[in-house]
Order: sequence, then structure tokens, then C-alpha cells
Amino acid sequence: MATRAARYLVSLACAALMALPVRAETGDVAAGEKVFQQCKGCHQVGSGATHRIGPHLNGLFGRKAASLDDFAYSKSFRRAGAGGLEWHADTLDVFLENPRSMTSGTRMSFRGIKDAQERANLIVFLRQFSDNPADIPEADPTAQGADHDLDPAILALVGDPEYGAYLSGECTTCHQAGGTDAGIPSITLWPEEQFVTAMHAYKNKQRNHPVMQMIAGRLGDEEIAALAAYFKDLTN
Amino acid sequence: MTLNRRTFLGTSAVAAASLAAPMVRAQGKPRVVVVGGGAGGATAARYIAKDSKGDIDVMLIEPTRTYYTCFFSNLYIGGFKEIDDLGHSYGGLAAGGVNVVHDWAVGVDRDGKTVALAGGADVAYDKLILSPGIDFVEGSVEGWDLNAQNAMPHAYKGGSQTELLKAQLAAMPEGGIFAMVAPPNPYRCPPGPYERVSMVAHYLKLNNPTAKIIVADPKPKFSKMSLFEEGWNTHYAGMVDWIGEDFGGNVVSVDPAAMTVSIDGEDTSVDVCNVIPAMKAGRIAEMAGVTEGNWAPVNAADMSSKTDPDVYVLGDASQQGDMPKSGFSANSQAKVCANAVRGALTGSKVFPAKYSNTCWSLIETNDGVKVGATYEATEEKIAKVDGFISQTGESADVRKATYEESEGWYAGITADMFGVEA
Repeated sequence: MATRAARYLVSLACAALMALPVRAETGDVAAGEKVFQQCKGCHQVGSGATHRIGPHLNGLFGRKAASLDDFAYSKSFRRAGAGGLEWHADTLDVFLENPRSMTSGTRMSFRGIKDAQERANLIVFLRQFSDNPADIPEADPTAQGADHDLDPAILALVGDPEYGAYLSGECTTCHQAGGTDAGIPSITLWPEEQFVTAMHAYKNKQRNHPVMQMIAGRLGDEEIAALAAYFKDLTN
Repeated sequence: MTLNRRTFLGTSAVAAASLAAPMVRAQGKPRVVVVGGGAGGATAARYIAKDSKGDIDVMLIEPTRTYYTCFFSNLYIGGFKEIDDLGHSYGGLAAGGVNVVHDWAVGVDRDGKTVALAGGADVAYDKLILSPGIDFVEGSVEGWDLNAQNAMPHAYKGGSQTELLKAQLAAMPEGGIFAMVAPPNPYRCPPGPYERVSMVAHYLKLNNPTAKIIVADPKPKFSKMSLFEEGWNTHYAGMVDWIGEDFGGNVVSVDPAAMTVSIDGEDTSVDVCNVIPAMKAGRIAEMAGVTEGNWAPVNAADMSSKTDPDVYVLGDASQQGDMPKSGFSANSQAKVCANAVRGALTGSKVFPAKYSNTCWSLIETNDGVKVGATYEATEEKIAKVDGFISQTGESADVRKATYEESEGWYAGITADMFGVEA
């Protein structure tokens, strides 16, 4: 009971933390233009932009990765595009933080931008050169995903690890309980809120893997919380 | 608790409202004047009158006795609606406590806080809501001006122009040519010109199947493009020739006397020419001095003008950010504005702004598509948060359901605007 209570307090604390804006809602265009200086050696954007070492970045938002006919993409990028990677504020944010997290074989030799605000600034700068939702309503959002963030109530759910142990059978067919990550990622010892956030990202189809979308799509909020609570402490 | 932007906006709006609350007026009730009785103005007038329960005097200034909606007017052109289906009177608003004045607003004195009417009266306001829709930018299509609108109708304001275009379509000779000059961004109803092409094609397929449609478009792409192109290929193969910016669709002039259209230097004789010029805010917004360029910039939290906190601009005339210019958007903005105006005048609670929009388009009988999004107020603008769009290759059942949904929406929004159930 003591551990349960402690866990409850911890998850309450996490929930309170997560209820704060996790990143800046908007970036600053002028600051983003400065950040873009780092990209300019290889990429052009704006009126008259053409491919250089990297592809031009006009119309980037909403575009499938590696989809411009007249640019020679790396195999890694072509595979990512074929796998459904599209450029939106959220995917760009992940990519810009560490380009190799998404496309391990990219020729883009860039260490990434660790500062979330700098990335947000760069993203709003680049966003100007894609379709405007006022003219083309289906164009990508310009709000920086405030409403994409998970409902704090979902993050506040306290999972039942016993139920999670039961449900985990579906996961351990592929993900090893011992935590090996060869070929298939490890899902043990994750902080609960990261686990829950990731699973809801599959459920909401923000992450692309079709099997994970299918599995997560069938799980309710309580079930995801239960799995997070179970895998959090799992050591074999 | 740490404030994030949303809660901050909410509480500051409430605080502002409570500060305004003690404003006890010496001469009777606070007065709101609304100019323009469309999706923005009618909705705002109705909601303020309804929710203030008589504590605010609401006057609506609208020249026409019967309002013909621009939305769904393409369905009339296609033969899916009668013109009377699109007409709405203001009786429901009057019965709901709105003082409906059929007159033109011809001037605004923002210092004296009065609106001048063509009939000679000056009416006083505490808060002024302008929802005048659009006017056309002079000279935007070479050879076309308002004098030419009978030879080459725009049909982009509901009513007589819509009927004229339909009559010209019906009078086309066998195998004739229907031309459209599409507008540059931004303009009212982004998918509207292309729904119109679909409805004209539907009419011609039934009545004049060898006729052709040419569209000269200054833009490289448009809303729901893949959906419309799929529909045109499926239902109207070989009938529609869309000439975008890449092929000279932006180099256009017309000769209304000769009935010719020149596209990228090539003259074509046409039988009907629907010229949809570039647009700007309805003229009263400019006369009130709240425009900057062609549109009236507003604050995202309450649709108040960036020039004058006692003037609000709704719908197509406003420049607010990411929302498309549509009846749905105007109706959504009107409710946010009504809530804020009422709060400022009576101290009622002001809730944080929430906006949404959906645009349905009909491509062919029972083949409806839609695009929609939700929006939030940021300091800078109304920003798109999330959205959806119909997919190419959807089943006939889905498309039929989408069309039926649009019929339901029309009944819903017109009831919401005019206070009369259809």
C-alpha cells in the first residue's frame, strides 16, 4: 500500500508537471531566421529557392519525406517517406532535435538543435514558406500543437500494474521483457509519462508504425496507464 | 498554479469584464450597432440580444429585406436548390429583440461613436460590429469593372448575380464555352469557385453535354484540389480545363463587349464568363478607418479591431490569421465577439475564444466533400490547431453522408443566424 501511495503521489507530481506547457506555443520568426543561418549552407527557402546540397524547403509542411522528383534523396530518407513520414511541426521538431533519430542513414550531417525554443523559432520561420490555412484550409496548422498535447487527465491516470502485467502479453510477443532492443525497441523502464505519451501518439496516429497504431488504437486510457505502470519497473 | 497562456487569456478577459462592469450609463441601456446581416452580423446581433435579455439595445443595419446566402448558391446553379431556398427574412431577429433597420451604413464617426445611414439618420453606439462581407478590388482583372457585371457576372455575392449567372448558363448554345476567371488569395470561400465549376459541369452534363469549361486561375493550387480533380475526372471527363499559374492562368484580361477572354496572350471567344475578381473588405470597413491594405486586422481573442477597441470586425472583412473566409467562420467568430461585447457592456462572464470552421462542397449528386479545422487565439493571430479533410477514393456511402451532413449544416447555421427553424 505504501508503494502504491508513493506511486500515486509521484504520478500526481508528474501530472502537474505535464500540465504545464511542455514547449513554447509559438516561436519567433525573426529569431528563427537567425537559426536558419546554420541550415543555409545546404538548404534554400523562399522565392526562387532551388535545390543545393539539400532540397529546397518551400512547401515543406504537409509534404511527404523524400517526395520531390528532382532531388536525389538518400536511401534512408526514401525509406522513411515510403513508410509514411510527412513533414509537420511535430515531426520536424523531432527531426531537428536529432536528425538521425528519424532517418539513421541521412546524409544531412547536422548534430541537431537541442534547445526546444530554438527549434520552435526555426519551425515558425520555415512555416511561412508553405501553404497558409486561410487560403487552403486543409494546410498544416500554424499553432504549435497546444491541443496536440495529451489531456492532463489522461496523464494523471494511475495505472494498475497487475492489470498491466496481464495486458503486457500482447507486447512481449515482439518487445522482449528483458529489455533487449535489437531490431525492436525496448519498452521497459520507461518513465510512465513518456510511455503514455508515446502510446497515445500511436493511438492518435501521430507516430507512424502501422502495427503500433493498430495495437495502441485498441487500448483504452486505463489500459495504457496500466501498461506504463507495469513496464516502468520491469527488470528480469 | 502557474499560468499558461490559455488560462491567462481567460482570466484577464474576465478581469477586464469585471472592470468594465461598473460602467453605469446615465442615458439608458448600452447600445450595440451591427452593420451587415450575414453570417457574422446576424449571428452577433441575435446572440447579443438573446443573451443580454434586454439589457443591451441591439440595432442591425442591413440594406436587403431578404438575405440570399452566398453559401449553397452553387447548388442553386447546379439545380439542387431553388433560389427561394436560399432566401431568409429578418423577421426572426426582429421578434428576438433586434432593431432591424433596412438601410445602408455610409459612414462611421469613431470619435463621436456614431454611424451615418444613407437615409440621413446618425445612430449612436457604445460598441460597433462591422460584418460587411466583401467588395471587389478595382482593376484586378484587366477589362472588367462593375459596369461589366451584367455581361460577365461575378455571382460572388448571393442573390441577383447568382440568378443572372444561372440564366446565362441555361442560355448557352450547344457545345458552348463557360469561362471562369478565378480569384487570387485571399478570398471568400476557398473551395467556392471549384464547387461552382463542379455544379456548372453537372448542369452541362445533363443539358449541354458537349459544352466545355475553362478556368483561368492565378494560383498554382487551391483548396481540396485533389478531391475536385478526382471528381472532375470521374464525373465530367474531358469537360473541365483548369489553367493554373504555371500555364499562364495569372495573365488574364477580358473584353465584356466582345465576350472574349485572353489567357497568357491567347484570345478565346466564350459564351459565359464568370469573373471573380480579387476581393477586399466591404467598403464600410475602409470608411471606418479600420482597414490596413485590403482587410481589417483584428485581435484574435475577441475580434476587436486593432485600431479601435470599440469596433469589432467579423467574417470575410477581417484579417484574423488562419481561418478561411467562410460563413461558418463568420458565425463562429460572431459568437466569440458577442460574448466579449456583452461582457464589456454588462459585466457578464467572458469565456476564452474558441473557433472552428468546416467547408462542405458538392462535386456531383450525392458526392460531397469537406474540410475543417479548429482554431485558437494566440497573441499574434487566430491560429489553426487541428483539422481534417475528405480523402480521395472514399466510398459512395461516405460521400453521400457528407452531402447529407452539409444539408443539415445549412439548416442549422441559417437557424442560428436568423433565429427561425427551417
